[in-house]
Amino acid sequence: MEFDLIIKGLAGVIAAATPVLFATVGETITEKSGVTNLSVNGTIILSAMIGFAVATTTTSLILGFAAGAIVGAAVAALVAFASINLKQSQVAVGFVLTLMTRDLAYFLGNPYMGLSGPRVPPAFEIPILSKIPILGTLFFNQDILVYLSFVLIIFAYFWVYKTRPGLILQGIGERPASAYIRGTNVNKMRYIYTIVGGALVGLAGPMYSLSVKAGWKGAITGLDGIGWIVLAIVIFGGWSPLKAAMGAYLFALLQWLGLVLQPSLPSIPSQVLQVAPFPLMILTLLLVNIGNAEWVDRTLMALPENTRKIASKVLRSMRTNPPASLGVPFENE
Amino acid sequence: MKSGSRLYRFGIQLAAVVLALLFTTIILLAANGQPFEAYKNILKGSFGSVESVTNVIVVWIPLLLASVGALVTFTAGLWNIGIEGQITLGAIATTWVLRTLLHTDTPPALIIILSILGGFIGGAIWAALVGALRTFGGVNEIFGGLGLNFVATALTIWLIFGPWKRPGIGSMSGTEPFPDTLWLPVISSLRLSWWSVMIGVLALVFVYILLSNTYIGLKLKAVGKNRKAAALLGIPTSKYMMSAFVICGGLAGLAGALQVLAVYHRLIPSISSGYGFLGLMVGMLVNYQVIWAAPVAFFFAALKFGSIQLPIVLKLDSALSGVLQGALVLFVLMMDGVRKRFEKKG
Amino acid sequence: MKVELRNIHKYFGPVHANNNISLTILPGTIQGIVGENGAGKSTLMKILSGFFQADTGEILLDDVEIKIHSPADAIKQGIGMLHQDPLDFPPMKVIDNLLLGHEGGLIPERKKVASEVKNLANQFGFSIDTEAYIESMTVGERQQLEILRLLWLGAKILILDEPTTGISASQKEKLFETLTKLASDGMIVIFVSHKLEEIECLCHRAAVFRGGLLVGEAIQPYHINDLVRLMFGKPMELGNRLGNLGNNPVVEIKDLEIDDPRLHIKNVNLTVHAGEVIGIAGMEGSGQRLFLRALGGLLPTTGRTKLSVNDRDLTHEPYGTYLKGGIAYVPADRMEEGLIPGLTLKDHFVLTGETKKLFIDEETAHQRTKVKISEFNIKGRPNSFVEDLSGGNQQRALLALLNESLNLLLLEHPSRGLDLESTIWLWEKLKDRCKTGTAVLFISSDLEQILNYSDRILVFFGGKVSKPLKASESSVDQLGQLMGGKGFSN
Repeated sequence: MEFDLIIKGLAGVIAAATPVLFATVGETITEKSGVTNLSVNGTIILSAMIGFAVATTTTSLILGFAAGAIVGAAVAALVAFASINLKQSQVAVGFVLTLMTRDLAYFLGNPYMGLSGPRVPPAFEIPILSKIPILGTLFFNQDILVYLSFVLIIFAYFWVYKTRPGLILQGIGERPASAYIRGTNVNKMRYIYTIVGGALVGLAGPMYSLSVKAGWKGAITGLDGIGWIVLAIVIFGGWSPLKAAMGAYLFALLQWLGLVLQPSLPSIPSQVLQVAPFPLMILTLLLVNIGNAEWVDRTLMALPENTRKIASKVLRSMRTNPPASLGVPFENE
Repeated sequence: MKSGSRLYRFGIQLAAVVLALLFTTIILLAANGQPFEAYKNILKGSFGSVESVTNVIVVWIPLLLASVGALVTFTAGLWNIGIEGQITLGAIATTWVLRTLLHTDTPPALIIILSILGGFIGGAIWAALVGALRTFGGVNEIFGGLGLNFVATALTIWLIFGPWKRPGIGSMSGTEPFPDTLWLPVISSLRLSWWSVMIGVLALVFVYILLSNTYIGLKLKAVGKNRKAAALLGIPTSKYMMSAFVICGGLAGLAGALQVLAVYHRLIPSISSGYGFLGLMVGMLVNYQVIWAAPVAFFFAALKFGSIQLPIVLKLDSALSGVLQGALVLFVLMMDGVRKRFEKKG
Repeated sequence: MKVELRNIHKYFGPVHANNNISLTILPGTIQGIVGENGAGKSTLMKILSGFFQADTGEILLDDVEIKIHSPADAIKQGIGMLHQDPLDFPPMKVIDNLLLGHEGGLIPERKKVASEVKNLANQFGFSIDTEAYIESMTVGERQQLEILRLLWLGAKILILDEPTTGISASQKEKLFETLTKLASDGMIVIFVSHKLEEIECLCHRAAVFRGGLLVGEAIQPYHINDLVRLMFGKPMELGNRLGNLGNNPVVEIKDLEIDDPRLHIKNVNLTVHAGEVIGIAGMEGSGQRLFLRALGGLLPTTGRTKLSVNDRDLTHEPYGTYLKGGIAYVPADRMEEGLIPGLTLKDHFVLTGETKKLFIDEETAHQRTKVKISEFNIKGRPNSFVEDLSGGNQQRALLALLNESLNLLLLEHPSRGLDLESTIWLWEKLKDRCKTGTAVLFISSDLEQILNYSDRILVFFGGKVSKPLKASESSVDQLGQLMGGKGFSN
């Protein structure tokens, strides 16, 4: 394939990854604060539909995106409420919500199927920067959403690792007790971050229905499953916003490769290549998680001292450690 | 579990049902639908004729299988999200057996029996994979299950469009349908087979007896309620969790087998039809009381089938059934949490 | 700054954890707080540091009554607490740990804070690397950091909870130097510890707690024996033990080594005889629990450990082999580890009985449960859920669930939560077992019980084990001193 085409294709990958990126960064923030929001899959579908519906009805893109964000925030708030105030399992509530929001989307979205609505304005170049060879085409000739995603990555990284509130965010996910003695209202902060994360997830939906996969086509939209990948990328990315972004790009790349490699792999049906990125992405989890099993620990114990130290180091570098308090409700006793 | 009188707890659950109906009604209104008409049509769609009732039963059976399977894994304290993939693998295994023996001299009845067995084994193996990923790979069963769900879907697509494609071009309508010698015999002209009903009911009885009357069932409960204490008492917890996966997977595989043998007579892309997730929801509603899985699953099946009417008659999407089902589970969960809060304060 | 606690009462349900505690501490004092677990000292410190509020009573700082609503509030008022497991953030860097919770603007001033804290550290002769990760630091270093942090935030009263568990001797020296300096600068240092030798050497005064009461205060110069007497009461009458049943060794422990993040237990050698009772004394966290669990097959051992029961080598074997080898473990946390809430008594007996067949034999199970209930005097019915039983009855249930014949019975705090009558009954049952040849090892914090019923006694301190003492030749004083660390070579 010609080099130019490859670069253009990769630029498309970056654009296609943008919704996943927003959702992944959002969920990373939520989980970093210690809450798992399993409803991501359904939320994206629902926010896509509502965003589209609002945008079409009001002909305002901004309102469409805002509606999507509100949907995401509301669902996330529900998960937080059920977990923090009602002490119900985050998995249980998230699971039910992921199914219910999807069905809500299909049901409420019926009248909007097939309509055409406003679309995000096409890519525009950033002066000067877009003339840089390769990088210019890749990064600086994109639509506004992609530029926003770059801003998001930078901002998220900055917020989490460079600011004081970011430290608190890390703290409440790792060891809420320590944060508590330093004066943090752990549960309030968890609410806030879950809602903010949810809003970012909610923005991903309209990014599909108002841009990448414009319109609302109900169950055929192909959005079902994206949310689960988001959850996997959060783990794969070690709960770091930067790595999460990398994961999003990787997934979009796999999807693009599926399309691109089709002609060279005639024996594999196209539909398979379309579906393949999903299991491939999940398979990486196994590699990433191998250090966490119990039998590994026990085997380690039985090893002689020197070998044990080395093996330990190797496994540790392969582990991704969730925030130690993820999923565990906080009681200040 | 014991706190509060039974009437009180029943009242709480009733409140949840009422809230769920209220919520769904509001959603209907938001979609410019008429709630009364919608509910009426769902009921008509499920119970309006003998044919429709039997169709509800056709939906009920695989859902029942998935639900009682889910109860087994819930009892052991596990979230078997992978149950969708286990249904799918059951269907794939069944199709494979049917295809392999189709042109041989084996009597059709035997082929059918073997294919049902195959379905069970297929689902069981797929579930065992989730268990293995958890025990040896340290992968949380939620993600292991999800991942394998994706793999199962991909596998199905590959088979339908690849090695098992219809002569000519592979299409989303699935593989070549099997000749009716390989269909489970149906009742007169209806789509329902007595064999399906029998399998479903047997599964229900099996799980009921397993969980209430056997040592295995009690050990599973112990593992689910307090893994540390169960281990101290000498129960090999990993083995029992794996058994729970295998049993649930087998039951799910049976559901998949029935989908192929009795409903679609071929392998189609989404053969699991969401029964796996729905089965988990039924499991969440019945609070470990196996017998209730039958009526609740039936109710869910009636909703699912009845709402097929909605697009035709009222131009509403049939996903309404999913909304009501989800609302039910959600409100039950919330009310349970509210109840616990009141009890703590009092 | 002077602190005064006046008539503090605190209840946890029916338990009167702090009973009319009044204590005044003057600036420049290193105040020791001594007492067994459950004596009330941790509760009092949690009240002072803002974790809970007292039910009644006042706290006064410099004669002004104050209210402390939360730990963050406490530090604002100048009271800082160093927890036994420092409440820091392991995966984060030192500098981030310091910045978290410190008031300030959006962007933390890393350089400024780093240099401020480094200066403070130098004053005390500590060295800190602000870029290091907490999880790579030793416990002693993490403590130093937390002390620095509290001082940096303006603490005038420093509460240290069991600070010397798990730190090296040189770190301890450093710590004591620091604390002495802080006191001489006018601060109040409250030192909570079970290590009586350290209290004796460091603290100007030592307040002794027992059973929720402040039973007395020792003022320098005092001796460890004074503390022991206040803590444990009068020495007890000896008698009532069974005596060794012959010389058949049942358990051989050679070179036992356990590698735990906080304690390193090494070189434990012991032979246990059939029918023998060995009592294990030691303050909580001294390693006796790890030891007992290793014997029970619940904890892996390292190094050259060799553990054999009846000549069978059980080292590194999985738990199931220990069960089959006639070893049983009764944990102290009855509901967390011993019993299964949500299941009935009958269910538990079913689980520990014959489970080879398919179907549960309800009748037999019911009968067997009833027999056991009457044999062990459990106030409950076969259909009672175990979480509804009282603590004492739960303990009886745990005992009832044990196999008929055992080689080795290991018990963690068997009489915890039991009244006197139940305890006496418990020991009758245990002695019955000894008569059939079962060796019994038990951990207890009740020295009277240990002296009364053991043939031999082991005392744990900081991961080290004493040589087995003959109970008939021992005394509360001697045990107390060993528990406090005296007599253990470093």
